[in-house]
Amino acid sequence: MNKDIFVVIEHRQERIADVSYELLTKGYQIAEKLGGEVIAVLLADDGDQMAQSLKSYADKVLYIRNEIFKNLHSEYYCDALSSIIGERKPALILFGHTVDSFEVAPALAEQLEIPIISNCVDFDIDGDFVRATVPLYGGKINGEYSFNAENGGIISVIPGAVKVENPQKSGEIEKIEFTFEKEYDDKEFIEFIEAAAGEIDITQAEKIVAIGRGVKDEENIDMIKDFADSIGAVLACSRPIVDAGWLPKERQVGSSGKTVKPKLYIALGISGAFQHISGIKSDTIIAVNKDPNAPIFKVAHYGIVDDVFKIIPALKAKIEEMK
Amino acid sequence: MNSVVCIKRVPETAEATLKIAPDGKKLEEENLVFSLNDADNYALEQALLLQEEFDGDVTVISVGPPETDEIIRMALAKGATNAIRIHHDDISKLDANAVASLLAEQIKDLDYDVVFTGAFASDDAFSLVGTMLAEKLEITHITMAIEMKQDDEDEAEISRELEGGLIAKYRIKFPAVITVQTGMNEPRYASILGIKRASQKEVDVVDDPTIPENKVQLEKISYPPEGKKAEILSGTPEETSSRLAEILKQKGII
Repeated sequence: MNKDIFVVIEHRQERIADVSYELLTKGYQIAEKLGGEVIAVLLADDGDQMAQSLKSYADKVLYIRNEIFKNLHSEYYCDALSSIIGERKPALILFGHTVDSFEVAPALAEQLEIPIISNCVDFDIDGDFVRATVPLYGGKINGEYSFNAENGGIISVIPGAVKVENPQKSGEIEKIEFTFEKEYDDKEFIEFIEAAAGEIDITQAEKIVAIGRGVKDEENIDMIKDFADSIGAVLACSRPIVDAGWLPKERQVGSSGKTVKPKLYIALGISGAFQHISGIKSDTIIAVNKDPNAPIFKVAHYGIVDDVFKIIPALKAKIEEMK
Repeated sequence: MNSVVCIKRVPETAEATLKIAPDGKKLEEENLVFSLNDADNYALEQALLLQEEFDGDVTVISVGPPETDEIIRMALAKGATNAIRIHHDDISKLDANAVASLLAEQIKDLDYDVVFTGAFASDDAFSLVGTMLAEKLEITHITMAIEMKQDDEDEAEISRELEGGLIAKYRIKFPAVITVQTGMNEPRYASILGIKRASQKEVDVVDDPTIPENKVQLEKISYPPEGKKAEILSGTPEETSSRLAEILKQKGII
């Protein structure tokens, strides 16, 4: 093993995902400790521009080119990564904990026979040991996991967990034309389909009332919709509400839904898993939840620990009195 | 065509107050309700839908203690034809690689076209086992499926749900592992008759499996640090909502 940190760059439709810059930042903290370098590993087809934009964040950009890398195909991705990593033996390999890494990182760990910890918010290395913190049970508990990194290891970090800093490096670009010996024809990318635009665009809303699992029943939504209407807010939700079919997908806030930036965000019966709160950018977040330990209270500015169905009618009446 | 569905028993924690057990490595289970992992429920439904269209068997498989039989029986009641439980007293002691190995060891000898599993479990959200399992079985895989269209028994078109609701469509040939995102379909409820029938069905128990060595250790679990916290308004609903209304007015939001 050498002391370098490989950061596998995620990109889609010629745009590098924010999480890649977060990983490069985190990679630096670790590489400094180890005395190694941070290497951005970019698997792409038409990636010259992307490679350029990574230069200031990495000691080196390893640009591995093949037309197949235009869109994700995990077998080809793993093949190329296995071969490069097998040759260069980095100390650690970092991925974003993203939908694409679900498909690649665990397979790579298997092929290289190295340990993997996914879904981390933070990690550190101490000698040969890597320790990582993973939010469990929707963020209500932290788990501390470790592995022996003697032979390397993989860590995937949740998007949004690290604040990006640009170290102003000027990493050289090493371009490798990659060719495959094997063909994988049991999987084929067809196309991207953009999410259909709905009747309402929650990303433009100034006030949002969002509901989660705690509303319990579809029939309860009317009452909350009334409240939202009365203060001129748009109704939005967390994922379980969409899964249940109670509100359409376009109303979903979070990593698999939309990022919203209202002046006021009222979260009702939402526990506040990372996937949901990563989609909220608001100066005033209010949470009502029965569980005092719900993670939503960590991001909210004001909280009420109580039953949503007691608070909302009372709040609606109070606001009307004030008008 | 035959499917295998890997399922996990998890605690319902969305609204529960969680306590850490004395060993510092798992939750106190006393006041927790356990159920079938949400995403696995959608995975099971997808297998049952395929069975309705193309016939064949649906085998559910899980690793865990005897209590796991509750979710296995529920799957049988919904229409699964066969069930396997790989016995382990405490699955919190197994890492993803160990779970995938235990599953692969049983599944490799089954006659299957598709292995379904949830894209992640609600407890650790690692999203590791499905993809590892595909590697161990040496078959292709696709993760975070939100839609599946299938005209014949050999291949399917799968839509993956990416960040921001973007969809990536792929074509895959079977055999394959498919990990299912929540919301893919509308999971059915078990009928009373189904539950009755299921109670007579056999669960094959693998009593003494060879437990692979963990590559990753769970050191401990802890309550997240207090850190930044909301200003909690306390009092009766009257009082708290009155205070909140004032705050909103002061801020000029309403």
